[in-house]
Amino acid sequence: MKELLKDLDKAFENKIRLGIMSALVVNEYLDFNTLKDLLDLTDGNLASHLKSLEKKRYIMFKKEFLDRKPKTKYYATDDGKKAFRKHINAIEQLLK
Amino acid sequence: MKEKYIEDLKEIKDIMNRSSRFISLSGLSGISAGISALIGAYIAYQTVYTYQENLGYRSVILTDESLTQLLSIALGTLVLAAGTGIYFTTRETKKRNQRIWDIQTKRLLTNLLIPLITGGILCLMLLFKGYIGMLAPLTLIFYGLALVNASKYTLNEIRSLGLIEIALGLIAMHFIGFGLLFWSIGFGVLHIIYGIIMQWRYKL
Repeated sequence: MKELLKDLDKAFENKIRLGIMSALVVNEYLDFNTLKDLLDLTDGNLASHLKSLEKKRYIMFKKEFLDRKPKTKYYATDDGKKAFRKHINAIEQLLK
Repeated sequence: MKEKYIEDLKEIKDIMNRSSRFISLSGLSGISAGISALIGAYIAYQTVYTYQENLGYRSVILTDESLTQLLSIALGTLVLAAGTGIYFTTRETKKRNQRIWDIQTKRLLTNLLIPLITGGILCLMLLFKGYIGMLAPLTLIFYGLALVNASKYTLNEIRSLGLIEIALGLIAMHFIGFGLLFWSIGFGVLHIIYGIIMQWRYKL
């Protein structure tokens, strides 16, 4: 049991961060507004959670301009995908 | 504590589905597409087989006039099926309050249209070369391939519908004289059955 708890990632303890990660691992990328609508969050709330995932290098972003409007695309990094998978595995083991 | 993790897993699954699949496909659009197909097939049957009385093996001889008629029937059926399909699905999207249907719809349509347009062009080429018997089986096969290809981006049922259409198309190629019959089963009856199943399963 103790061993398993070690595999649970602190970064994903928060529901919103877990949600962001779930969406990014099954999509090549998602832009800010799509994530906002999907998770039903405010700009500030989403931004702060994105920042904390970014700090852990679990996600990265690219800024693009579409019709002169900025559009930020968010991607899950390889580290992020690996950490997410480990976290899910640990949950599944815990539930066994 | 266990409940929290079960809840987490449920939510992860839900977000993954909502963010990567188009789930507002309406069962009603399947039913309406099926009915359109049956109407189209009936009119086509009246047109193509009217002057031919050779019982037994069915062969079809097309004149320029009946070719134009057949193409108009096909086009009419397509417009009717797609039109009602789009209508019911848009209604469903609004009902579900889905705001992010943009990316999913684009992804779904691109993957659906690549095999579909390929098959469409091929069938038109064959039609003008006079291989009319291959049209029904090939439209079924390419439609099935298109559904299998697009099924990753929408409800799971679409995959099995695609596989059945492919099988039906292959059988129709073997019994090549009965194309219209198989075509009516594949595009008419199957759409109606799947439409009813999905309407019942995903009712809000």
